[in-house]
Amino acid sequence: MFRSTVLICGGTGCTSSNSEKLITLMQAELVRLGLEKEVNVIKTGCFGLCALGPIVVVYPEGAFYSMVKEDDITEIVEEHLLKGRIVQRLLYSETVAEDTIKSLNQTSFYAKQKRVALRNCGVIDPEKIDEYIAVDGYAALGKALTELTPQQVIDTVKASGLRGRGGGGFPTGLKWSFAAANQADQKYVACNADEGDPGAFMDRSVLEGDPHAVLEAMAIAGYAIGANKGYIYVRAEYPIAVYRLNIAIAQAREYGLLGKNIFETGFDFDVEIRLGAGAFVCGEETALLNSIEGKRGEPRNRPPFPAVKGLYGKPTVLNNVETYANIPQIILNGAEWFAAMGTEKSKGTKVFALGGKINNTGLVEVPMGTTLREIVEEIGGGIPDGKKFKAAQTGGPSGGCIPPEHMDIEIDYDNLISIGSMMGSGGLIVMDEDSCMVDIAKFFLEFTVDESCGKCTPCRVGTKRLHEILERITAGQGELEDLDKLEALCYYIKENALCGLGQTAPNPVLSTLKYFRDEYEAHVVNKKCPAGVCKSLLSYFIIAEKCKGCTLCARVCPVGAISGTVKEPHVIDLNKCIKCGACIEKCKFGAIIKK
Amino acid sequence: MQKRISTLPFKGTPEQEARLLAAIEAHRADPGAVMPVLQEAQEIYGYLPEEVQQIVAEGLNISMQEVYGVATFYSMFTLTPKGENHISVCLGTACYVKGAGDIIDKISQRLGIAAEECTEDGRFSLTACRCIGACGLAPVLTVNDEVYGRLTVDDVDTILAKYQS
Repeated sequence: MFRSTVLICGGTGCTSSNSEKLITLMQAELVRLGLEKEVNVIKTGCFGLCALGPIVVVYPEGAFYSMVKEDDITEIVEEHLLKGRIVQRLLYSETVAEDTIKSLNQTSFYAKQKRVALRNCGVIDPEKIDEYIAVDGYAALGKALTELTPQQVIDTVKASGLRGRGGGGFPTGLKWSFAAANQADQKYVACNADEGDPGAFMDRSVLEGDPHAVLEAMAIAGYAIGANKGYIYVRAEYPIAVYRLNIAIAQAREYGLLGKNIFETGFDFDVEIRLGAGAFVCGEETALLNSIEGKRGEPRNRPPFPAVKGLYGKPTVLNNVETYANIPQIILNGAEWFAAMGTEKSKGTKVFALGGKINNTGLVEVPMGTTLREIVEEIGGGIPDGKKFKAAQTGGPSGGCIPPEHMDIEIDYDNLISIGSMMGSGGLIVMDEDSCMVDIAKFFLEFTVDESCGKCTPCRVGTKRLHEILERITAGQGELEDLDKLEALCYYIKENALCGLGQTAPNPVLSTLKYFRDEYEAHVVNKKCPAGVCKSLLSYFIIAEKCKGCTLCARVCPVGAISGTVKEPHVIDLNKCIKCGACIEKCKFGAIIKK
Repeated sequence: MQKRISTLPFKGTPEQEARLLAAIEAHRADPGAVMPVLQEAQEIYGYLPEEVQQIVAEGLNISMQEVYGVATFYSMFTLTPKGENHISVCLGTACYVKGAGDIIDKISQRLGIAAEECTEDGRFSLTACRCIGACGLAPVLTVNDEVYGRLTVDDVDTILAKYQS
């Protein structure tokens, strides 16, 4: 028995800020003080509050240390672990109460969250199967194999109302029933872990923090549809996730939870990993199947759907990581338990990757139907530096921007679509008054132009033309009729593209045109970028009252556009200025502005 | 995406070729072997020049067209060599909103190369990557395996200096 347990986050966010080093240091310090048999150090998955990383939590006290540096480790070990005195200065400020520490669940970041898919992330050591089993891991697989028929498993998933968390929102149970109904000598279960939305990282966190949940769910799906082989298609950009999945698969095989004759029921199931090589379109199910087959990841025509002809032409069920992470809980707790959470048509919870201009960046899991305002203002802790909320972007390159007037909308699949965005995989990027909405639309279009596979013309050529028009507008060469052209082209692409990528690619343009048309007009008519982002539309000025005449800016200007005498206000010659911004960087008095 | 194709002469060694042939042998029986083999080939050579693609095509007994098609389709496969120090700036949405665009512009200006290029002396290469998933640290860049987060444009020179000496 250990008297204290130290959890250190080993998710990608915290690892990037050096948590691995903290673990090594912590262990060395414990050995130095002879505490290694009394204190257990565990590397967990993501806690969700990435903004405060690296995170170190000490139990039984539940002390939540944030932004821990290498130099802090000795203090935590000597003060807290040796002498039992909590290091107040390192505590996450929200957990500090009078003379005690508040539980994490009382902090505004966690209070409104409901963790189902993420329930084990930040709780267990993802590299030890025993820890997963200790929190009812593989009990759902046991229950399915020994107490339920495949049909009963499908009925449970159907009744739970679970819909695909990858973005489309197709009812999972229905998908399974299609694949189950097709007779074939071989069927497959596949897991889409090709999280391509730039700014979404919940699937990665599930794989890093709770890999066995996905393996267990895939085995349950295999039992339900009659498949004995599974593939996980995971981005090669996620090395930690791949590493832990490999460990998890090996351990599950060793325990007989994957492989032949699982739980001695005669059911065989095994899983193999396939690495993606960076193609957003591979998030589309048929493109992903092509990629597993080793081909270019171009989408296929549908029908036939994968449930009929999928991987290698065989019936295949393909679900996303977060969808799978819900399955064991549904089997264990029952469909009613799951269906009790959420809205009428969207059940359960959804994980969002909260990022951009927000205080608490990180992963949050909330019941469907939570409002955008609750997520941004309460859980997210609002916008830094007292800036104003301008929009939230959901659904990544396939989604849209939600303006302030829709902040009280209850987030679920159907509501988001009704306001021109979509759930997508759950990226939620907050923008403030400094973000230019035309620039954001251009950013996403640049992405889709890059990622369009080129198979169908509406997407290949259409997105390129959209991008060109947006480039013109942000360069100050747009005309009013460009806005109508944009809109018409958007609808054309939506109606004619082959796959989901093309059909949704115009959404960022359409939603910004709808809610922020005035910004487009400012670019086109007044040749101004109200947010001060689009370089061609900006001019640099020196505020005479603030300028001390230190000459720093004049010296750094690469084209000699700044003139003035020492200790007198300087001036920028707009005809010479190339808008490089070097002067703003150098000015110590905030005297140079761009507008 | 249009791939840049390197014009530098191919400098593969017999040891590298032996490792590649072993990788081909290990995957030969798998259906869909092209991607895993190309991934290993890129590990071995650092990039996928035509000569390497040719070995893969012959080894797996498939057409060069198929190999080239796959190599140019996926963004992780590169047809240009990497510099000694490979800088990768995240241009995912979270980083972009927090000013990653200015950071890559500044690096590009300092090194005199555009994204997906390598400096002439082979010291630095620069690439714009999609989300590495460290959105909490946005904006983020990596040099080789080292991660730098919560950046401002002022940090660029300090970071470059570390690798220039």
